[in-house]
Amino acid sequence: MTEHHTPVTLSSVSENDPRLQPLAKNPQDVERRIAVLFVAGMVLEACFGWAYWINAQPWILGFTFGMGLTFLGIGLIAWGKYLMPQGPFVEERHVLANSAADRDAFTAAIVDRGGGVIKRRKLLAGLLGGGLGVFSITALFPLIRSLGPLPGTTLQHTDWKKGTFAVDVTGRRVHVDDLAVGSIVTIFPEGKEETDNGQAVDQTVLIRISNSNFTTQKGRETWGPSGYVAYSKLCTHLGCPVGLYEQKLQLLVCPCHQSMFDVTNGAIPNFGPAPRPLPQLPIYVDAKGFIRAQSDFHEAVGPGFWERS
Amino acid sequence: MSDSSLTTKRAKKQALGPYGKLGQAVNELDERLGVAKGGRTFMDKIFPDHWSFMLGEIALYSFVVLLATGVFLTLYYVPSTALVTYRGSYAPLYGQHVTQAFASSVDLSFAVRGGLLMRQMHHWACDIFVGAIVMHMGRVFFTGAFRKPRETNWLIGVILLILGIGNGFLGYSLPDDLVSGTGIRIAFSITESIPLVGSYLSFFLFGSNYPGTAVIPRFFVLHVLLLPAIIVGLVGAHLFLLVRQKHTQFPGPGRTENNVVGSPMFPIFMAKTTGFLLLVAGVIGLLGATAQINPIWQFGPYEAARISYAVQPDFYMGFLDGALRIWPSWTFHSFGHTIPFEVFIPSVILPGVIFNIIMAWPAIEAKITGDRSIHHLLERPKDNPQRTAFGVAFFSLIAILFIASSTDVIANFFRLDLATVLWAMRILTIAVPLIAYPLTLRIAKELRALEGSSQRKTANLVTRNAEGGYDAVSAPIHPDDALTHHTAIALPTFITEAPAGDTSDTGVRTVER
Ligand code: HEM
Ligand code: FES
Repeated sequence: MTEHHTPVTLSSVSENDPRLQPLAKNPQDVERRIAVLFVAGMVLEACFGWAYWINAQPWILGFTFGMGLTFLGIGLIAWGKYLMPQGPFVEERHVLANSAADRDAFTAAIVDRGGGVIKRRKLLAGLLGGGLGVFSITALFPLIRSLGPLPGTTLQHTDWKKGTFAVDVTGRRVHVDDLAVGSIVTIFPEGKEETDNGQAVDQTVLIRISNSNFTTQKGRETWGPSGYVAYSKLCTHLGCPVGLYEQKLQLLVCPCHQSMFDVTNGAIPNFGPAPRPLPQLPIYVDAKGFIRAQSDFHEAVGPGFWERS
Repeated sequence: MSDSSLTTKRAKKQALGPYGKLGQAVNELDERLGVAKGGRTFMDKIFPDHWSFMLGEIALYSFVVLLATGVFLTLYYVPSTALVTYRGSYAPLYGQHVTQAFASSVDLSFAVRGGLLMRQMHHWACDIFVGAIVMHMGRVFFTGAFRKPRETNWLIGVILLILGIGNGFLGYSLPDDLVSGTGIRIAFSITESIPLVGSYLSFFLFGSNYPGTAVIPRFFVLHVLLLPAIIVGLVGAHLFLLVRQKHTQFPGPGRTENNVVGSPMFPIFMAKTTGFLLLVAGVIGLLGATAQINPIWQFGPYEAARISYAVQPDFYMGFLDGALRIWPSWTFHSFGHTIPFEVFIPSVILPGVIFNIIMAWPAIEAKITGDRSIHHLLERPKDNPQRTAFGVAFFSLIAILFIASSTDVIANFFRLDLATVLWAMRILTIAVPLIAYPLTLRIAKELRALEGSSQRKTANLVTRNAEGGYDAVSAPIHPDDALTHHTAIALPTFITEAPAGDTSDTGVRTVER
């Protein structure tokens, strides 16, 4: 049993050795203080249990729990710092690196033993590599491809179509007399107001412009009838809803990074990181006075992406 | 019978050997597992003392708190976007259609006993965790602890930081409230912005176009299983390397490249570090009790067409948000394709560059200085002015980006024009690091040149002589300080009883223990 033991280096010091003395000048005093901390911690943790039992306010739970642990922790640190031998003690730092011979033996095992075997069986090694290679590629299909559908043209379209009624968030159709001049409402394609896509992609702001010096963009002469204009509510920067309307300046402001879009001039951004105007939804007022879409947006809404033409 | 003698207590004790039952247990264990030598080595491990070495411990212990509180939260949180009608005790939300994720998070706060405390502790622990990692990294950087042979641990550390930030973001998203929902939207858009593959990646990540129904359950699995498992593994590797390579130490009397001076694992370091674990947990408990964090019931449930006006992510995301704010709206649009540089550069390229520089720093520095030797003695920041200056400049850049994440708050607070604040931030982002570098370099160089720098200050005795002049001699060591001036010894195996009346080897007060 005992044959191959390297003997442990046994060393000893006298208990009077200064390095074994505690840091505290008055250990009994420190011990008393630590004892007080421990008692306080114990009592507080007991209070924590009691507070939990009677379902006390969260702050009482946290206070008893946290204060108790804090006291116990400080006490234990103080015990280690003031009452235990203060040293200093030293330990040798062994060189981790092995001898050159050891290293050579290791590399030789890899190269001579392993390499020799592989070099002689090139065909097998190649086939095994090929098999694992094919596997690792096919394994990617279930891992990655199944995670979601291909985007296709999803990002290019919304649910707005020719003739779609505009409804507010409660599903009520928006009538041309509903909005006071200068006010704004968020509209959705009818039937989509409760869907994820309707909320996240189709959301559009309908504004009744108060300003007479409204600049109609080229080719959009019929898009905004009766002083109404509709813009996608998705910021072209990162897709936050452009939720703030500065009525006086007639600016739509994005609260995320403060992009500002000039409502009277094609929602062209005049401040902030947004690179493009908000896409405009062509609308018309039907015979009964309801606001409806002429078509989908003519470009992709929201932030930029590679396939966006 | 001789047996009768065995029945006396004393004889039984003797039969067990000098270390009694514990000794027996160690024997049994050692015969099976051979633990004695390794165990002894472990207990004898020496840990150098310095306040800055505690930063890593704060990270470690706040991570322990994260795990413990996280398990609690997992028992009650429901990772589903299915809609339910909220019928809990928080009146303003009563009757609203909300996702199960949101409803269960609100219930955790109001209906589960201790739930609010656990939620707030978990969130505070996360912020402290990331903050402590950054500070710990700063101490490793500015003291040169990352130099050979510790480059691997530096690399593991950076990966831990990235994983910590990532897992924080995922966890922040789980309650599906209005503020975090906006964050998820931004994450989708950032993924979308990557040229060529962006829309594919974002669809695969979310399982559909934004928002879909898969994002919450997926984020949940990543947040509670995959990332924590990787973090636990890497923390283990980090600590294993620390033990294997032994801790670095600051230069000082008796400290060389070939030794470690400090206190042993058992019992001193163990007592201090366990106490520290309790303290960190206690402080996080107090924060969770008294400092409200992320009151999701006030934000309300996420609705894609609504937005709260004060959108602010957790602090560790701030630098990204700031970069997104101040980067100009340059975009590329031609040939039927769009490259959203206004998003891609500040939110993908920039963090990529930042983290790659950090990861590669040990290699970069070795390349510049040509120093490829092993270092176990630390440097003080002023000992290496170039590195310190670079670190300060680099950090100041991140700090400015962080400040830039509240341009609107600053503009409101100082009643400034938003455009003024924006341009000020853009200029500061470039100017501050450019000023910080030479300034730090200069300060460090001057400090280094100071006489007696790095030396412990000692008292001087000044006397006035007969001619009215002053003489200064260094004062003798004060008896109270004497204890700290001993040379270090190896850990003793045994402590022998002092011969009666022996006071010889000390000359120091003997105290009763
Ligand atoms: C999960 C996060 C982390 C935990 C729990 C952790 C924990 C620790 C602990 C307890 C120590 C020993 C005490 C100390 O020196 O502070 C340590 C040492 C070390 N850490 Fe970390 N750390 C983390 C992240 C990092 C990061 C982000 C870096 C750098 C990029 C890093 C680099 C190092 C290095 C190089 C050492 C060895 C220091 C020396 O021997 O002087 N760690 N870590
Ligand atoms: S998302 Fe609107 S400005 Fe960034």
